[in-house]
Amino acid sequence: MFLQLLANGLVTGAIYALAAVGVSLIYGILRLVHFAYGDVMTFGAYVGVLCNMTLGLDLALSVVLAMLATAALSVVLEPVLWMPLRRRRAGFMSLFLASIGLALVLRQAIFLAAGPQPRSFDVDPFKVHTLGSVRLSGAQAIAIVIAVVVIVLVGLMLGLTSIGRTMRAVSDDRALAAIAGVDTGRVVLLTWVVAGLLAALAGVLAALVQSSFDPNFGFALLLPVFAAVVLGGIGSAYGALAGGLVLGVATELSTWESLGGGVDPVYKPVVAFAVLILVLLLRPNGLLGRAQVA
Amino acid sequence: MSVLASGEFWAFVGVVAGIYTILALGLQVEFGFAGLLNFGHVAFMAIGAYTMAILVVKAGLSTWLAAPIAILAAAVAGVLLGVTTLRLRADYFAIVTIAFSEIVRYVATNEDGLTGGSQGTINLAKTGEAADYNVEWQRFEDWLQGILHVGSNDVAMLVLVWACALSATALVWLAIRTPWGRVLRAIREDEDAARSLGKNAFGYKLQALAIGSALAGVAGVFYAWQFAFFSPGDFAPLLTFFAWMIVILGGVGRAWAVPVGALVFGVLFAGTRFFDFVPFTWFDSAERAYLRLILIGLVIIGLVLFRPQGILGRREELVLE
Repeated sequence: MFLQLLANGLVTGAIYALAAVGVSLIYGILRLVHFAYGDVMTFGAYVGVLCNMTLGLDLALSVVLAMLATAALSVVLEPVLWMPLRRRRAGFMSLFLASIGLALVLRQAIFLAAGPQPRSFDVDPFKVHTLGSVRLSGAQAIAIVIAVVVIVLVGLMLGLTSIGRTMRAVSDDRALAAIAGVDTGRVVLLTWVVAGLLAALAGVLAALVQSSFDPNFGFALLLPVFAAVVLGGIGSAYGALAGGLVLGVATELSTWESLGGGVDPVYKPVVAFAVLILVLLLRPNGLLGRAQVA
Repeated sequence: MSVLASGEFWAFVGVVAGIYTILALGLQVEFGFAGLLNFGHVAFMAIGAYTMAILVVKAGLSTWLAAPIAILAAAVAGVLLGVTTLRLRADYFAIVTIAFSEIVRYVATNEDGLTGGSQGTINLAKTGEAADYNVEWQRFEDWLQGILHVGSNDVAMLVLVWACALSATALVWLAIRTPWGRVLRAIREDEDAARSLGKNAFGYKLQALAIGSALAGVAGVFYAWQFAFFSPGDFAPLLTFFAWMIVILGGVGRAWAVPVGALVFGVLFAGTRFFDFVPFTWFDSAERAYLRLILIGLVIIGLVLFRPQGILGRREELVLE
């Protein structure tokens, strides 16, 4: 039972981690708490399901197309919305509110275009992989493999490539990076590309794992993802990876019966929020975060 | 006769706008005057509504006793949240308050024994018993309707809600002119400066949060009375964003901007439901509901971009940052 919960937790956690890296990069580089990120994930999942179910394309191809479309959406919003806001010297509050407005527009536009009925991808729901005492559904297996590969790739990109290094440099100190000759405009666009790709991937994988989804599902994922970001120290990409995994495992394990009966599964999201609040009270800058000078 | 020409309909829109005024006024106290980014405001409305309904149905209290207790409960919840989280950075505080409001909603959805669960207050009483918390209120409304010589309960409610909303707005307007209000605004502008003058910033913020939450509790009680039934879905984060939009639409930091913002919002939100001309006729009613929310989202973005001071706000006093 413990191993099964741990496995489920790793699947959920890996998906949280993907999304959390996106949110964390956006915060680090643009100082934006992106409230519409959950709905960007929904957008990705719907493009994926459109390709996979309506157009009958292969699942892998659908995922790639979903990621490209979402990255395009993410990039287009920069000149349309975010750049004008920054030009007007919008602070945290304005950016946050604008992203709330964007969240409403995106989600309702998806409702309008796709309707409220639940959707699902073309995966066999009865296929099961068994690893010792752990049973993973086909969707879970796909999700964990892809998520782990991409997490490693993202980690390598941030750590080793020059793009990743400039991203982290801008995130640490924008003015200093600009003085050192970093083209911050290019870094911002790249951030939107990466964040869009990750949002779509996390959205599709989350949709696969929960087998059916509606236009509200991304928003429901947003707060656990925020919790993961905060857990890892807001703005720290590696922290977000770790935060996502810890949070996924913690929420699943909280339902373990040997743990004093465990928490009723309906309260899993509450566990995530409770972890968030608790961590902030004990370590106001997150688990791996450093004290920041505003 | 078109719905748009019916007095009943506009009375209903007015009641809802009045309830939103009270809700958003709480947010104005917290954000406009104390600078607190509370994005979980709806939680306190839920606490007010549920406490009142539960006390009436389960404890057999009179609604006149249950309502003040409910408002107090909302204020206490605000203080408890504030004591633990007010020391956080502004962005963390914003996220934690959303998380808090979602916890409240999840508890209301899943604790069937306490709140009636996802089916709402209809499920509050034991099986076989009617769960009506509104009998006394209905009687009072009928009586008021007779006194005022008006045609419907909604008109009586309209008078009552707006009397309450406007007096609350007046009280807030007065409070801001007291030394207390000046300290609050000083903390919003520069917390360190206020503290260096010996002002207990934490204490003032906590008071603002308690007042704001109590106002949300009042809104919750009125909401419960008006609709005679509610469920956890009524207290989704969307309502918090509506309140934010009203505050920004009216003007941040101005008490009288709140009723103005709420009226504009109410007409915009309710009125668009019944627009029966092109292009609205291209869509069915469910689709129009989505369109309405898209419109609200666009208005929020537009305000932030082009008119951060709102309709009545003063640019020199406060713009969104």
